[in-house]
Amino acid sequence: MTSTAPKNGPNIGSIVVISIAIAINLAIAKLMATWSYSWFPPQASSAAAYVDDLFALETGIGSFIFFGCTGVMGWVLLFNRAGKYDESDGAPIEGNTILEIIWTVIPLLLVFAIAFTSMKVNDTLNALGPKQKYAIGADTSALLSADPLAQVGPIQVIARQWSWEFRYPDGVRSSELHLPIDQRVNLQLQSEDVIHSFYVPAFRLKQDIVPGSLISYSLTPTREGRFRLRDAMFSGAYMSVNQSNVIVESEQAYSDWLKRSAKQALQPGLDPGRVLYDRRIARGDKGWATVPPAPAPMVNDPGDPSIPHDA
Amino acid sequence: MTTTNYDPRILKAPHPVPGAPDNWKRFFSFNTDAKVIGIQYIATSLFFLLVGGLLAMIVRGELITPPADLVDPSVYNGLYTMHGTVMLFLFLFPILNGFNNLLIPTMIGAPDMAFPKLNAAAFWLVPLFAVVLMGSFFAPGGPASSGWWSYPPMSLQNPLNHFLNGQFLWILAVALSGISSIMGAVNFVTTIIRMRAPGMGFFKMPIFVWTAWAAQTIQLVGLPALTGGAVMLLFDLSFGTSFFRPEGGGDPVLFQHFFWFYSHPAVYVLVLPVFGIFSELFPVYARKPLFGYRFVAIASFGITFLSLIVWVHHMFYSGTPMWMRNLFMATTMLIAVPTGVKVFAWLGTLWKGNLRLSTPMLFCLGGLFNFIFAGITGVMLATVPIDVHVGNTYFVVAHFHYVIFNTIGFGVFAGIYHWFPKFTGRMYYEGLGKVHFALTFMGATLNWLPLHWAGLLGMPRRVASYDPEFAIWNVIASIGAFMLGVASIPFILNMVSSWARGPQAPPNPWRAIGLEWLLPSPPPAENFEDDIPTVISEPYGYGLGHPLVEDEAFYVRRSQEA
Repeated sequence: MTSTAPKNGPNIGSIVVISIAIAINLAIAKLMATWSYSWFPPQASSAAAYVDDLFALETGIGSFIFFGCTGVMGWVLLFNRAGKYDESDGAPIEGNTILEIIWTVIPLLLVFAIAFTSMKVNDTLNALGPKQKYAIGADTSALLSADPLAQVGPIQVIARQWSWEFRYPDGVRSSELHLPIDQRVNLQLQSEDVIHSFYVPAFRLKQDIVPGSLISYSLTPTREGRFRLRDAMFSGAYMSVNQSNVIVESEQAYSDWLKRSAKQALQPGLDPGRVLYDRRIARGDKGWATVPPAPAPMVNDPGDPSIPHDA
Repeated sequence: MTTTNYDPRILKAPHPVPGAPDNWKRFFSFNTDAKVIGIQYIATSLFFLLVGGLLAMIVRGELITPPADLVDPSVYNGLYTMHGTVMLFLFLFPILNGFNNLLIPTMIGAPDMAFPKLNAAAFWLVPLFAVVLMGSFFAPGGPASSGWWSYPPMSLQNPLNHFLNGQFLWILAVALSGISSIMGAVNFVTTIIRMRAPGMGFFKMPIFVWTAWAAQTIQLVGLPALTGGAVMLLFDLSFGTSFFRPEGGGDPVLFQHFFWFYSHPAVYVLVLPVFGIFSELFPVYARKPLFGYRFVAIASFGITFLSLIVWVHHMFYSGTPMWMRNLFMATTMLIAVPTGVKVFAWLGTLWKGNLRLSTPMLFCLGGLFNFIFAGITGVMLATVPIDVHVGNTYFVVAHFHYVIFNTIGFGVFAGIYHWFPKFTGRMYYEGLGKVHFALTFMGATLNWLPLHWAGLLGMPRRVASYDPEFAIWNVIASIGAFMLGVASIPFILNMVSSWARGPQAPPNPWRAIGLEWLLPSPPPAENFEDDIPTVISEPYGYGLGHPLVEDEAFYVRRSQEA
């Protein structure tokens, strides 16, 4: 095996160049990692900061690798291009076993370090908000005691084609999810038709809702505001509009809202797919086949989708 | 017809050769010559690249504004489903099988494939299932519209209750595609193991052959799982079983296991041969041996092995238990190691080279650049907590298009330009090729780079409409997509006009080392016929000054005389 280093020992000049390049690359990686925090919606749950930190770490490592590798490509493009009539060969280097070992072992250690860090974050997140899937018909007492630490709930989350319904322990039903800030809430997710996914970007949380299963899912909102809840699993024709809002408010505002809603009569809730489906029928049912939307959920508070959301 | 002197063997050659009688009809027949089949595959799949691209442009047209205003959402869903299906099953898999057909026999010095009739049958299944799939546009209720995953129970909702519906035809087409791919895989693996030239031990095989072998092994192991899953889905849809129907006691998540057990490794079926193309082309255009040839070769099978044990990373938020998520996170991240070995080997090959930036090299460099980026977002997606946020968003869409178009697509274009002279006997036009590259690189970057941010902000994938805060990223992406549409014009122009009237190609226009370059352009029907060379060196001996085969001068002379 031939070596890339000249025979007469290391070249001071190239060591200086490589050191400067690595220093610049480290600085860029640090900048990218810092910048990456601005790519997310605001952090509105206790899980969010952990996710963003992990992402920043990977952005930093990833940027170092990306700019390191593409830096080499840029270098050879600048300095190792053949002239127009130059048909000569490059340096006949066939390989270097030491380098091969280095660039196998370092990435191996690196991915183990990343995997290990992520597993620890997994444990943290699982302690903050455990989730458990139960087959419907299984022992329901297990489900009821799924999260003994929860301060609010269980709130039933029912997903349909294409609407969301929330049922609170005292019987109130709503189309938007109201949660008190800084309290651990237990949700029990279920779907009546196909797979949906409960996704609140500001919470950095997503959970598929598989029909035939009940999923116990806990989280703690940490920021007041109105955050978008999106159906993140493709669930048919009007999946794109199957969205609602999560309203995180003070404990006082939350209990006031519960009391106010309990007095309201049941009425049809948010049913965003219905509007589009009715328009389609009015236009002569053109387009490709779809199942009709499920009937709108009957709720105490249908919410107001026209209020702008924070994230 | 003409007085040009040509080798009588050219009569048997499967390609239109200057001065020889026109034999284009061979391309429309059940021809058993691997070189005809290769071109059949490539031409068919390039046609479907245009079909899939057209579907993509309608999709991007819809997404250029937040509301669903171009087509009905049900139509949008059908279009994006068919876009993905066409691009995978009718563009990428067939075009790489085209490369396998052209390159495996010529690179290992075999006269043809091990099972020529099976080979032709595998190809002719492609137009057959293409008709089934395209026909589904006219099925009652339109084509399949549950995404290329076809997750039940969504895919089992047959709104019109017709037996013959789009989803039914889709499953049928995918099953036929699977049969065709298994037939191909049996053939390629047998050919590689049994039909190498004398002296060509495994560690004298070109990397493309290594990667094709590694990729086709995945087909043999994984495809039966997908085909089994598809058959069960078909029975659930049409014959009332409930493998995956929760109301009948079935488990929808079971299908996800069947599906991803094959469909994640499928990405490696596509990307491995492209790694092969990179490994072939960088040495030629950098005029250097491939850095660490044996490591690159072995890393291919490292990827094959790992690719078969990562599929659950598609199900991190389907209610998968924690131990399983941790396990599959680790295996997924491990793939970065053998892949990294390859990337560093290519960089080592470029280092201190003598780079010639012709069109194939530009596509390789662009593909490598994009692949490094895609690899990094890939590790991010493997990280469970991050995937729980960005999974099923546009971050995933952006990541896999960076792999599947910006890397695999680029590698495919590089391969087409590089081997075009060899198999058509004509040179392509360098200027048009560079225009094609520039438009493709700009279009692809504009299309998919911004969508990462849309995903990080929480835009789900597969939506026909979205909240206005995502508009900026989508406008840029749509402009990029239309630019990619424009990029196909110089490409088509180049391919058609150079094949029809391009300058005649010499046997080895790139001064490349490899058995295929010791053949005339285009090679005769049975390649080396009775004079198969004996291989004495590792491939990629650029600048080393030793011959690849015994009596190399004889083969060079013969290829020039033909």
